Amino acid sequence: MTSYTRPAHGRNVSEEFLADRAKFIRLETLRLTRIAGAGHYSSTFSAAELFAALYYAHLRFDPGNPKWPDRDRFLLSKGHAAIGLYPVLADLGFYDPALLDSFTRLGSAFGDHPDMKKIPGIDFSSGSLGHGLSVALGMAVAGRIQNRSYRTYCMLGDGELNEGQIWEAAMAAGHFKLRGLVAIVDRNQLSIDGPTEKVMSVEPIHGKFEAFGWDVKRIDGHDFGAILEALDELAPAGEGKPQMIVADTIKGRGVKHMELSLDWHVGNLVGEDFDDAWNEISAGLKPYVREDA
Amino acid sequence: MTQRPDYAGQDQSTLFRGNDTSIALKDVKSVRGTPAKQMPAFVLGEELADLAETDDRIVVATADLANSSRTRDFASRHPGRFIDFGIAERNMITAAAGMASCGLIPYVATFASFCGILGAEAIRTDCAYPRMPVRIIGHHSGISMGFYGTSHHSLEDIGMMRTIADLTVVCAADANQLRAILRASVDHPGAMYIRLGRGRDPEVYSEVPADFVFGKATKLRDGRDLTIIATGSEVHASLGAAAALEAEGWSVRVLDMHTIKPLDVEAILSAAAETGAILTVEEHNVLGGLGGAVAEVIAGEFSIPFRRHGIADQYSLIGPPAALYTHYGLDAPGVTKMAREMLARFN
Repeated sequence: MTSYTRPAHGRNVSEEFLADRAKFIRLETLRLTRIAGAGHYSSTFSAAELFAALYYAHLRFDPGNPKWPDRDRFLLSKGHAAIGLYPVLADLGFYDPALLDSFTRLGSAFGDHPDMKKIPGIDFSSGSLGHGLSVALGMAVAGRIQNRSYRTYCMLGDGELNEGQIWEAAMAAGHFKLRGLVAIVDRNQLSIDGPTEKVMSVEPIHGKFEAFGWDVKRIDGHDFGAILEALDELAPAGEGKPQMIVADTIKGRGVKHMELSLDWHVGNLVGEDFDDAWNEISAGLKPYVREDA
Repeated sequence: MTQRPDYAGQDQSTLFRGNDTSIALKDVKSVRGTPAKQMPAFVLGEELADLAETDDRIVVATADLANSSRTRDFASRHPGRFIDFGIAERNMITAAAGMASCGLIPYVATFASFCGILGAEAIRTDCAYPRMPVRIIGHHSGISMGFYGTSHHSLEDIGMMRTIADLTVVCAADANQLRAILRASVDHPGAMYIRLGRGRDPEVYSEVPADFVFGKATKLRDGRDLTIIATGSEVHASLGAAAALEAEGWSVRVLDMHTIKPLDVEAILSAAAETGAILTVEEHNVLGGLGGAVAEVIAGEFSIPFRRHGIADQYSLIGPPAALYTHYGLDAPGVTKMAREMLARFN
């Protein structure tokens, strides 16, 4: 395992390395799903490139000192994707990767949603959708009060934008001009009951947040070049517009039959389902082609 | 740290806006004969501001109620540590948890109905469960909002808050006890719900009680025939009842059960054993609050006369607070009547 100390924003890592880590995230998600007998794999597959870019190329942290006061904060507001974050934190040296073998077992620190009191590197517990942006807002306010330069990153689900508290936090962040607050929307297009635009439409996300006083960029959330460019362009913490990256992604990305399919949100993968997914991910990400194309 | 520039009329932000006293409180000296300094409503902001003089971790937030909670008094002295979240209580409570995770100790205040009830999930999930030292101050609890009606009444908050693990739940009886609670709260571990009454609560403690400890009831009056266990606004009424009953020849103990959680089980069991009858009094639904908590302690331990006095699982009428307290028997004559009936029946 490689241990990293990240004193500053932005590291020189190759896109090949990041693609390998995204593959690692997807394979570990499959492995942990099998241990638990269930897991939110498809919501994690959509965020794999974002996780890899944030943790291996961008965020400021120190695995040997998880509570380092000047670290960047990362809030996984869509807490159900924790199954993809746990292996990253283990890989970076926050804890022994062998601990993940107990994933979801009785008394395990590692459940479907992350617990800050049990897991080093988790900056705040999550699970109830709609809370994370408020938590991140508070952390950004604390950074301003304490005169610290860290940024607070909050990964939101697109369906999560249905929650009213998101808009309370969005309004406050714009009002307080918290440039150190960075929201990343995993725009993977589906919530449980269907496409977001049929269940409860969230678009235009960028227009809504811009109206709330945010600076919004929209990128391909599976393209490392685009992700890294967007992260590199983030302004430092300070007074100004809070920043949002809307990452257009594909739920279930990496396993053809899961991509944008409502049939693969949460559950167990056994037998051929597991083997097919494992083999397809191992072979590497192929260009996305729509079913009807 | 970059200083906030002057936005010359464009920026309505109260965060770091500076010492804005243009809408500060009028300097109220007294309300209906009670000196302002003796009323909880007038000491909250002042006490927090005093504590913050020597403690950088203390921050205060409100949800567009800086005047009602008197947190404006804090804002005027510590503008860089005061945040008005606007009318967005859930966001305020959750953001406070985020601040607490960064080493701050946030005190967030709004009407009890809009934190203890509206914000219950944020209090549980974001404050209590991760054991964040957020102090949620629910002021104007019970029926003290009077004619504002049920939307602004809070007769369920004790019951809701006390079922949340790792949350300290405490009710202030008067201004001096509130000061003691705030002083003791600073370094108390975990999240806390502090329930305040109308803010004009008459004096129970002539000075800040030096012996205040969370989870340890205060015996304000000893007696043999009955124990009245009261909390918050009903402590004063219960003392009045005990005095009236003494004139009738009864000896009544009064316990101020300021801390609902953790509950002083020992004091309850002693009261049951030594006085043989218990009456609980609270400005709250009789279900799930102080009465429910005490009942849980004595059930299975003692077979004694026991009554719960409060609001009988119904929504309050509209009316001025004083009229409501009389109507529901939550003033001294009302508590006296309830206690007298128990004493007459079981003695």
